[in-house]
Amino acid sequence: MSDGPSADVRPTARRVSLNGWGRTTPTFADVVRPTDRDQVATALGQRTSRGVIARGLGRSYGDPAQNAGGTVLDMTGLDRILAVDLERGLVTCEAGVSLDRLIELFVPFGFFVPVTPGTRQVTVGGAIGADVHGKNHHADGSFCNHVLSIDMLMADGTERTITPEGDPELFWATAGGMGLTGLILSATIRMTPIETSLASVDTDRTKNLDEAMALMAETDEKYTYTVAWLDCLAKGANLGRCVLTCGEFAALDDLPAKKRRDPLRFRTGSLLTVPDLVPGRLPNKLTMGMFNELWYRKAPKHKVGQLQSITGFFHPLDLVQEWNRVYGRTGFLQYQFVVPFGREDGLVKAVETISAHGAPSSLTVLKRFGPGNEGFLSFPKPGWTLTLDFPTNTPGLARLLKQLDEIVLTNEGRFYLAKDSRMDPADLARMYPRLERFREVRAKVDPDGIFVSDQARRLGI
Amino acid sequence: MKDALGAPQSLLVLGGTSEIALTTARAMVAERVRRVVLAGRPSAALDTAAEELRGLGASVEVVGFDAAETDDHEKTIDEVFAAGDIDVVLLAFGVLGDQEADAKSPAAAARVAQVNYVGGVSAGLAAANALSRQGHGALAVISSVAGERARKSNFIYGSTKAGLDAFAQGLGDKLHGTGVHVMVVRPGFVRTKMTEGLPDAPLATTPEAVAEAIVKGLRRKSSVVWVPGQFRFVMSALRHVPRPIFRKLNI
Repeated sequence: MSDGPSADVRPTARRVSLNGWGRTTPTFADVVRPTDRDQVATALGQRTSRGVIARGLGRSYGDPAQNAGGTVLDMTGLDRILAVDLERGLVTCEAGVSLDRLIELFVPFGFFVPVTPGTRQVTVGGAIGADVHGKNHHADGSFCNHVLSIDMLMADGTERTITPEGDPELFWATAGGMGLTGLILSATIRMTPIETSLASVDTDRTKNLDEAMALMAETDEKYTYTVAWLDCLAKGANLGRCVLTCGEFAALDDLPAKKRRDPLRFRTGSLLTVPDLVPGRLPNKLTMGMFNELWYRKAPKHKVGQLQSITGFFHPLDLVQEWNRVYGRTGFLQYQFVVPFGREDGLVKAVETISAHGAPSSLTVLKRFGPGNEGFLSFPKPGWTLTLDFPTNTPGLARLLKQLDEIVLTNEGRFYLAKDSRMDPADLARMYPRLERFREVRAKVDPDGIFVSDQARRLGI
Repeated sequence: MKDALGAPQSLLVLGGTSEIALTTARAMVAERVRRVVLAGRPSAALDTAAEELRGLGASVEVVGFDAAETDDHEKTIDEVFAAGDIDVVLLAFGVLGDQEADAKSPAAAARVAQVNYVGGVSAGLAAANALSRQGHGALAVISSVAGERARKSNFIYGSTKAGLDAFAQGLGDKLHGTGVHVMVVRPGFVRTKMTEGLPDAPLATTPEAVAEAIVKGLRRKSSVVWVPGQFRFVMSALRHVPRPIFRKLNI
C-alpha cells in the first residue's frame, strides 16, 4: 500500500518538546512523521523502551498525545482518502486525515461528518481514540458509533482490521482507548447526508440554569444538534444563565432562492491567528465577566430558523487560529464532566461552586448526552455534561477543582480523558467501571505496554 | 508525571533521613505524590520516616544508599527509575562537619567534601541522566547560603556547598531544553537536628519554610530558590564586601 520504496527513506526522529492544547505540561519525545504504513511499521520497530504513542493535531488539552523520553508518531502524514462510496455515504481514509479535510471534500457531495467536536481540526485517528462527541450526541451518539471498521498496527507488528461485529472487545477498547491498544492506520466512516451546508438555528436566552435545564429537557428531542453556552460568573437569580442554540441542517426548501443555486457551498479557513504574546493574566475574573456579559446580551432572547454556516454553528473557534494562546504561556486546562440524569443537583452545585469562587471560564458549555456506547473508556453516558476552561494561574484553582471532583464523584459522574490534565489517578476506576476490561484487552494485545502516553503513565491506565 | 497544575506524583529522596527532605515529602504527599523512594543508609530513622509517609497515604520504598559510596550511585538510582518514572529527585544529603575539629583533621574535612560535593556530583549526574532518558522531571539540589561566599568560621562546609551549587547550576544549563529541570535550593540557617545546639543565625528558618519554597519553586520551574527569600539580597550585598572587611566580620 505504500507509494514507493518508503522503507529506505526513513523519516528521522527529532527530539522536541510537545504539549497539549492547554499548553500546560510540555515533555520531550522523539517525534517521527511517517507518511505511509510501512514507515509507521518501521518507526514502531525502532522504538525504545519508553514506547510509542500516536499524535494527531494536538487538540487534546492535556498529555494523552505526549510520551516523555519515548517516540511520538505524528500521524498527520497519513492523509490519504482511500475509498469513497457515495451511494452509501462511506469514506475510508487514513488516520491523519482531519475532519476539516473530510468536511471540505464531502460537503460539496452532500455529506457531513457524522460527529464533530467544537473544532474540526482533529484527525480521524484522534476522533476514534478519544471517541469524540458533538452537539448531536443525544441523537446520534459519539464518533465511534459511526465507524464501521478500523485498520490497526498492533504491538507485535501485525496489521489487523477490526469491526464492532467481528472483534467487539478490541474495537470497543480502541474506541475511546486514547491510542493505547495500537496504532490506528485507517478507518471507514459512515457520513451523514445533508441537503445544504447551512444550519437552521433556533436560539433561546434563559435567565438562569433552572430555566435552561427545563428548556433543554423539553426541546432536545426536537433537534439533532443542541448545545448551551453558560455564563459561569453570573450570580444570584442569574446563576447559570445560558444561551441555548439548537439546529438542523437546512433542507433545500428552507433556503432563500439565491442560496439555493449553490446549497452545498463550503469554505474552510480562518480569520486571524493569535500571536504568542498575550500576557498571562489577561483572561481574568474581570475581563471574562465582561466577555460573558457581552456574549449573553449579544444573543437574541428568542429567534427561530436563523441560517448559519457550518463554521458559525459548529466551529466558531476555528475562525481564530491558535486561540489557546489567549491564555498566555502559563496555559489553561479544560474541565469536562458528565453527571447522570437524576443528579441535576450535582450539576447545580458545581455551577454554584464555580460562580462563588469567581473562576473565570469563558467557554463554558452545557449539553445533554444521550445513551453512551460500549467503548470501555468512552466518556459519554446519559446525563448532563459541563465543560469549563480555566487559566492555570487562576487563584485557588487546585482547591476549587478538588471541590468539583468531589461533587462529580459523589454524583456518579466522570471526566473526559481527552480533556483531562490533572485528575486524581485514584478516581479513574470509580469513574470508568469498565477500566478492568480495558486493561485485560490491552494486556492481551500489548503485553509489554509499548503503547504508552504521559497521560497513561500519570493515571496508571 | 506532573499534572497540569505542576503537582508531581513521584519523589526520590537521596538522603532519606534529611529533615528538610522529609518535610518536603510530607508536603508533596499532601498534594499528589503517591510514590516515594527514600534512599539512605539503613537505619531505624529511615524506617520510621518511611512508616510515617505510608501513614499519609504514599507507597514508600526504602533503598540503601550511601552518599560517600559513589561507585554504587548509578546502579542504585537506575534501579529506582526502572521500577517507574520519578517526577522529582531531591538531593538532600549532606553533613555539616565540625569546622574547629575538621580544620585540625584533614581526613575528617575530606570526609565532609566526599559526602557533600563528591557524592553530590556522582548522585546528581546519575539522577540527571536517568531524568534525561525519561524526558521529564526535576532535580532539586539542596545547597546552602554558606556556599555563596566562604566564611572563616564555616569554610569547609561552605566550600563543599559552593562546589555543589556551581555543579548544579552548570548541570541545569546543560539540561535546559531537554525537559529536565534542575533547581538549586539555598536555605540559610535551618533549625534541624543537623544544627541542633548551634545558636540561631540571623534569618534562621524552619524545614517547613524550606519545604514550601521547594514545592513552589518546582511548580514555577525556578532555577534558584533562597529560603528565606531575603537571603538573595543579603548575600548579594555580602558577596561584594571587600575582603579586608569581610575577613573581620564576625559571621
